[in-house]
Amino acid sequence: MAWFRRSKQNIDPSSGKKEVPDGSWIKCNGCNEMFHRNQIEAALYTCPKCNYHFRVDSKTYLGFLLDPKSFREYDKKLRATDPLGFVDSKAYKDRIDSMIEKTGLYDAIRCGVGKIDGMTVSIGAMDFAFIGGSMGSVVGEKIARAVDRAIKRKCPLILVSSSGGARMMEGALSLMQMAKTAAKLVQLAEKKLPYISIMLDPTTGGVTASFAMLGDVNIAEPKALIGFAGPRVIKQTIGKDLPEGFQQAEFLLEKGFVDMVVHRKDMRETVLRLLRFFQN
Amino acid sequence: MAKTILEFEKPIIELEKKIEEMRSMSSDLDISNEIEALERRVNDLRKSIFSGLSRWQRVQLARHPDRPLTMDYLEMMETDFIELHGDRHFGDDHAIVGGFGQLDGKTIMFIGHQKGRDTKSNLYRNFGMANPEGYRKALRLMKMAEKFDKPVITLIDTPGAYPGIGAEERGQAESIARNLFEMCRLRVPIIVTIIGEGASGGALGIGIGDRILMMENTWYSVIAPESCSSILWRSWEYKEQAAEALKLTGEDLLELGVIDRIIEEPRGGAHRNPAEAAFILKNTLLEELEDLLKSTPDKRVKDRIKKFSSIGYYEE
Ligand SMILES: [Zn+2]
Repeated sequence: MAWFRRSKQNIDPSSGKKEVPDGSWIKCNGCNEMFHRNQIEAALYTCPKCNYHFRVDSKTYLGFLLDPKSFREYDKKLRATDPLGFVDSKAYKDRIDSMIEKTGLYDAIRCGVGKIDGMTVSIGAMDFAFIGGSMGSVVGEKIARAVDRAIKRKCPLILVSSSGGARMMEGALSLMQMAKTAAKLVQLAEKKLPYISIMLDPTTGGVTASFAMLGDVNIAEPKALIGFAGPRVIKQTIGKDLPEGFQQAEFLLEKGFVDMVVHRKDMRETVLRLLRFFQN
Repeated sequence: MAKTILEFEKPIIELEKKIEEMRSMSSDLDISNEIEALERRVNDLRKSIFSGLSRWQRVQLARHPDRPLTMDYLEMMETDFIELHGDRHFGDDHAIVGGFGQLDGKTIMFIGHQKGRDTKSNLYRNFGMANPEGYRKALRLMKMAEKFDKPVITLIDTPGAYPGIGAEERGQAESIARNLFEMCRLRVPIIVTIIGEGASGGALGIGIGDRILMMENTWYSVIAPESCSSILWRSWEYKEQAAEALKLTGEDLLELGVIDRIIEEPRGGAHRNPAEAAFILKNTLLEELEDLLKSTPDKRVKDRIKKFSSIGYYEE
């Protein structure tokens, strides 16, 4: 049936156009020009001409931020159970299994401890390729533990978001992960430890409406889509086209919801400068 | 008598009508035995229908047009409610109401989503879909409750936070996130009750508390069944299946550890006897409040954080 295929596509956006395609010549989604893979890679997967930011996986992103070989991953194999026995076009259990097989990840966030210019940080970065970076119990628990590690080591917390929001297949339990991550951030705040939230394209729904918007400092990558409701839903509701640039990082900066929009090649340096101010 | 009758309510209401008709005739005829028999039948029928409700039917009851709304409960619980308006930044959101009231002589800060009853009032209330200023008004009132050491009671009944251009411009996500954070550490007791629909972040935005209660015929989930159907099934037609899959009833959520208690409703649902529903709600709230007031602010905040931090299922 047609809707089987379509629905799978819909919640498996790993095939989304933002990913870096295979092959040694890459066409930029921003300016449509061809570049050699080496050029794109050297620019941290951004376009050398138009600054388009390609979507990358958590491991690659952590590599941009952290000192080489400083990352130690925790809770890698924490994985989803299926508390609701959720079945749509596919059983959630099977979806998880095939996602694990396909991506080599166990869920939509990678967490651990690393160093930025020698400074220890507790850090997590999301993988949009894993069921649209959706937050269920595993993402919530891994963030909770990342907060615990920050508290234990008395170090800052950095979370890099890229997510379609809460994971439908865990129902109210996913919704409660918003509450859970916020509750853990209260504990972090009580210890006066800084939290830097970095939002990539896209960061929407329950992730934006919980930990992603709660940074002491909120940073966004250029043109990243950031919002609560998705543009499609808003368009459907109001029955009008959306204004140019609506819900893009620069729009959020203008409206006062992110502290800065930072190009990926300046991200590590920016975070480093902030951490120094916090720690001095 | 109910004005709107759902399909599965029909047999019950027809029988009830018949009993009423017979009663009006019974002044000159002795048919009390027959009436009694019919009453037994209607009770059995109600029991069998209501014990076998599907999750989608629960959703329908939660949205029943005659179901009491936040302001109805505030009035029926004789709270002497005085509404306070505005978020002091942008405006006053009519989809969320808040203000002081009392229960059993104790001052309470009441906050709740407010839907309308007809087209006009629904437009005024934006169908109970709040904008950021609604969540910010709620937060302002909660901080005031904290300042004056008054407990907070929230009543949840929303199809979701409003997905609009203005809502995004004014930071819908930030306003909800901020409430989650601040409610986690509010030093006064918070009791949350789902009285109708509890949809997504729009519900959770006033949904953090020491006790999470659900009335019997309500639902609470990450997404409405119709929207879930449209995303996962790519059609609006699978709402019944979506409702089943989402496990969104009080029984489901009690079992999953998301809520603490289910509040019984009068026979046939809150809309069949609003006064009784309000009476049960009031007594339950007082009971929970008494319990919470025995604790200290530090302990309540600690317990609240622990409560939400431990929700979730995973394996190592
Ligand atoms: Zn380009």
